[in-house]
Amino acid sequence: MSAIFVILEENGGHISRISWEALAAGTALAEQTSLPLHAVVIGSSTEALAAEAAAKQVAAVIRIEHALLNAYTPDGWTSALHQFLTANPATYVIFPHTYQVRDYAPALAARMNQVLIGDVTGIAAGPVFTRQLLQGRLNGSYKHASDGPCFVSVQAGAFRADALAVGSASVTTFAPTIEPSQIRTKPGAPFRASAQTVDLSSAPLIVSVGRGIKEADNLPLVQDLAAALGAELAASRPICDNGWLPMERQVGSSGQTVAPKLYLAVGISGAIQHLVGMKASQCIVAINKDPDAPIFEVADYGIVGDLFEVVPALTEAIKSAK
Amino acid sequence: MKIVVAIKQVPDRDAPVRIDASGKWIEESGLQFAMNEPDAYALEEALRLKEAQGGEVIVLSAGPERVGTTIREALAKGADRAIHITADDLGTRDALGVAKLIAEAIKPESPDLILTGLQSEDLGLGQTGVILAELLNLPHASLILHVEATGTGLKVKRELEAGWFQEIELPTPAVLTIQSGGNKLRYATLMGIKKAKTKEFRAVSAADLGQSSAPTVTLGQIALPSKQRSTQILSGSAKEAAAALVEKLKFEARII
Repeated sequence: MSAIFVILEENGGHISRISWEALAAGTALAEQTSLPLHAVVIGSSTEALAAEAAAKQVAAVIRIEHALLNAYTPDGWTSALHQFLTANPATYVIFPHTYQVRDYAPALAARMNQVLIGDVTGIAAGPVFTRQLLQGRLNGSYKHASDGPCFVSVQAGAFRADALAVGSASVTTFAPTIEPSQIRTKPGAPFRASAQTVDLSSAPLIVSVGRGIKEADNLPLVQDLAAALGAELAASRPICDNGWLPMERQVGSSGQTVAPKLYLAVGISGAIQHLVGMKASQCIVAINKDPDAPIFEVADYGIVGDLFEVVPALTEAIKSAK
Repeated sequence: MKIVVAIKQVPDRDAPVRIDASGKWIEESGLQFAMNEPDAYALEEALRLKEAQGGEVIVLSAGPERVGTTIREALAKGADRAIHITADDLGTRDALGVAKLIAEAIKPESPDLILTGLQSEDLGLGQTGVILAELLNLPHASLILHVEATGTGLKVKRELEAGWFQEIELPTPAVLTIQSGGNKLRYATLMGIKKAKTKEFRAVSAADLGQSSAPTVTLGQIALPSKQRSTQILSGSAKEAAAALVEKLKFEARII
């Protein structure tokens, strides 16, 4: 019988938060389609992960286990899941949209002559899958148009993990056949580039700067604003890519995730990779020249204008208000 | 080392976007286009590898005639020759359909390394490189910031989430998708622009590559996103707006 399979990912010995969100997306699809919902864990030792998953309301939990799945490799994961999905026909295969999934799910889908619908933010009746286009400036509605399994990955924060119901599911094990020669890449242990000296996650006030600042020489404008507010200075990826501010000040999916009392975004358009790192902030202020910039979708207060005029005026206004 | 870099031309990020009459894509007339930024970093990495190791950099791009300007830019920056897959119907193909075209065009070149940006700034699928690896049956690594040739293969630095990294070793030939920020991008020099005009620029039509299959995923409508919060826009001069914002932060949000 066909089913919905949700592929869960491990983080720090537990099922990751975004994996539970993927399971929530799977639950929504199960309600819409009346298909059974199965959770899948992968690795060389998956008993504890499977037990965590089995405590949720799912029809079954499958452990895909093999000694060569000890560390993540795209070859190992693709081969194991391909074998599993060949033996167990799926209607939907749901993933959390993580760096790991981005690394292998497109290959897995292609091996089954399918295309992953990636980074999905919503699932409507049909089902119709919503994902963002043009760095968040537009939404696109995607449909699956094939008899094979539909592969979907869901964006962090798009579905509510806390709404998952408890259950007690049966656990089975699937043993794929993998030869050492099939694993062509050799992964090293994860490391941090250097000790983080800036902990943006504990800063109550953050002034964050983006591409709109145009050049490094203009940074004192936002540094003055941050100083007047008593805020930490942060940045979107391009600023750090250019070396204008150190990487440790980067907010977004590849940098830090923050939720301060105030997040003041200056010249940041609000690509999704940035928004996922700051949209939980209590109060968001955006200053941007483009009224259609996606940052305004999440902002509480906005000023549409030239930051080179607005920021100095704001710095002065804050100084005199204190 | 023979390196193929797959690049994409995308709407300039500052270009205003308008939904076209079909409601399925944006109005392209009058739109400015540019090289997809992560692809520019892939090209940069390829040029640096060539400068260190010797070899050849072949730039490859698929799309309509306008894509030629972006290919010329890559040649001006230092790529040795170019392949343009001419296709006016890329929008009707899914990621697998486009990757099949690129794979077919790459096959006769038998490169040691294929580089591409980790994702495009327009569709943002982030899949082309990974699918290419699958179609060409090559090992791959994604979100790569740095590439080092080791004699037997490659050692690459991969970005993980939340400030973590990982080193990966893999044999060549291989496919890598490049994350932005690993290098400083070069500009094309006047000499480079002049030289680019004499470099080999081969066009091959999508029809000749013979890869047409029905898409398994289709994009229906596009729309402006709905707002997640209700934004109070503070208008007036810079000074008035700034004063209004301080009022709001002080008395409404009670933050400062």
